[in-house]
Amino acid sequence: MRKMLLGAIGLTAALFVAPAAHAQTPLKIGLISAYSGQFADTAAQIDNGVKLYIKQHGDVVAGRKIEILRKDTGGPNPDVAKRLAQELVVRDSADILAGFTLTPEAMAASDISAEAKKFMVIMNAATSIITTKSNYSARVSLTLPMIGETIAKWAYKDGVRKAYTMVADFGPGHDAEQSFQKAFKEAGGEIVGSVRMPVANPDFSAFVQRAKDLNPESIFVFIPGGAQPSALGKAFAERGVDPNKIRILSTGEPVDETALKSLGDIAVGRISAWHYDYNLNNPLNKKFVAAFNAEFKRNPDFFALGGYDGMHLIYESLKKTGGKSDGDSLIAAAKGMKWDSPRGPVSIDPETRDVVNTVYIRRVQKVGNELVNVEFDKFENVKDPVKAAMKK
Amino acid sequence: MIATTGTALTPHAYLQARSRWGVIEIAFWLATLLPFFLFPNYLSLASQIAITALFALSLDLILGYAGIVSLGHAAFFGLGAYAAGIFSKFVWGEPLSGLVVAAVVAGVVGYATSFIIARFRHLTLIMITLGLGFLVHELANSAHFITGGADGLQGVRIWPIFNYFRFDLYGYTAYSYSLVVLFLTFLVARRLINSPFGLALRGIRENPNRMPAIGASSRAHIRKIYTISATIAGIAGGLLAQTTETVSLGSIDFQRSADVVVMLVLGGVGKLYGGLLGAIIFMVARDQFSGLNPQFWYFPIGVLLVAVVMFLPGGILGGLSRLLAGIRGRRP
Repeated sequence: MRKMLLGAIGLTAALFVAPAAHAQTPLKIGLISAYSGQFADTAAQIDNGVKLYIKQHGDVVAGRKIEILRKDTGGPNPDVAKRLAQELVVRDSADILAGFTLTPEAMAASDISAEAKKFMVIMNAATSIITTKSNYSARVSLTLPMIGETIAKWAYKDGVRKAYTMVADFGPGHDAEQSFQKAFKEAGGEIVGSVRMPVANPDFSAFVQRAKDLNPESIFVFIPGGAQPSALGKAFAERGVDPNKIRILSTGEPVDETALKSLGDIAVGRISAWHYDYNLNNPLNKKFVAAFNAEFKRNPDFFALGGYDGMHLIYESLKKTGGKSDGDSLIAAAKGMKWDSPRGPVSIDPETRDVVNTVYIRRVQKVGNELVNVEFDKFENVKDPVKAAMKK
Repeated sequence: MIATTGTALTPHAYLQARSRWGVIEIAFWLATLLPFFLFPNYLSLASQIAITALFALSLDLILGYAGIVSLGHAAFFGLGAYAAGIFSKFVWGEPLSGLVVAAVVAGVVGYATSFIIARFRHLTLIMITLGLGFLVHELANSAHFITGGADGLQGVRIWPIFNYFRFDLYGYTAYSYSLVVLFLTFLVARRLINSPFGLALRGIRENPNRMPAIGASSRAHIRKIYTISATIAGIAGGLLAQTTETVSLGSIDFQRSADVVVMLVLGGVGKLYGGLLGAIIFMVARDQFSGLNPQFWYFPIGVLLVAVVMFLPGGILGGLSRLLAGIRGRRP
């Protein structure tokens, strides 16, 4: 009845009487991701991470039972994501919004998080500015500028003075390109050229040839995962760009597990910067990978880790608030949270609510019969450089 | 829909009889107010259903009445959405003027392409509309600086309607606004269909070569209805952009073009209400099924589609009206 009355008079007032935290009421987490469509696998991996965390840590936190509501956006559909977020808040009275594989969806749902004052955990979407859209959001994945900046610094340290950049022509690509170029130039290097390639590009030979003609010491690459990494890798091999002579630098996606399997030996020597790999050498990760394999018969990737760490942030914040689930308490608890993740030490920057973690520099090597990314250098406590620059 | 009486009517009387409001029609529109009372928590879904229904209605005008099969109708929906979104971002956020801009942009592009559309039929036409859809999609994707490309258009801010009705979290304003626009557009479409122009369109659908022989130029008619349909699709797109304050490539992609054809076929082609019913069924089924299983919600929709096409050639609406006619027939 109260609901009806609220409904009839309309509205925003309802936000202030939103269900207060009772120790007994279940805590609802709305997971919004593209469960169907071309990005379905990334959502599935995030979901696996979430499931594994709940399995290991129980589904009751601070006296409240955790309930997960999964919602499918069906691809990059920010309008659907926004409606789902709205419905989760209004209809299902969800306490927390989480998931978000894709940037546009995270951006759209942020409006709801801000308006309804709901804690929001971004488990993947990696464009820098997302967390500026709602004061109640925190990110546990990474931002691309973190990676671009780190690998640029490393390349200069390693003696590279002339670099070329190739990125996919969309937001994350631009983020990666700008952060790499900025950091590389600041270090004293020279960008000899750059190209933005269509997002769904089937053939890279022309782009690779152009890069090769300029004779750079290194090429920085950012392309989305999927079928493209192998197409690009093969173009490098065909045009005679040897990773052991010209350094091919990239983020983690172009050399992830699937890409390496389809690339084979031509990938040996490729260098990348990333925050996580199932091959990372630390005891916590070994346990995580073993448990993940036992449960889902595959290796975890950074999507799965995002889901896992996202749940950790939710659990720990709830413990800190003693089960109180309003946005203000939860985001206050989440700020400055520190924990040990399978990727190493992680924290949430209290100022930007963005993740701070270690970025590893890895090289593709053959270990036994398998191609894996072996880390050989790392940069600790890397923060998002874009937001750091905004503050200045 | 319902069998006409045996006595020959004059065309004028026939059209008049068709345009009379039936009880079921009035009941249908009254029922659209029910969500306010019965499902106040589902209003944002209801507003997206109303928008999708409007989009399906626009397709029904060309597919159901003029026989133009389009697999790229989302191009106009997307054009409207981007026009409304960009307008609010760079000019001002007043919603009604934004909607007019959306309608005009989609209508102008619709008029320009209608010259190609009117020349072809059947498979060629399907391929042309499909190609046009891809073209517009790619344009929106590559014009990153203005559309936001694959990241979606950000920063759309819509003012309250008449500076009073704010777009609230519960979707009251969004649903009221979408419903009013849907109803008004529906009135226009209904008037159009029950006019000599609408009758001529049906003639073109049945036999495009014969119509010019009795003095109705097929191509001119097709150009007109295609432009009108594009305009309505643009309005629907504009509504979506305004009520969600975001526009993405998803509003312009092939999936949206295909979904709307599915809805129309489910509901019943060439019946005005077919698209409305189809949109309701499709969106509610999607909402419910995806709640049960987020990965495979398309499966039951596929089964439903195959079943409807096989057993109910007139769509669900066609099946219902046959059922109704059967019941009436059995009465003494």
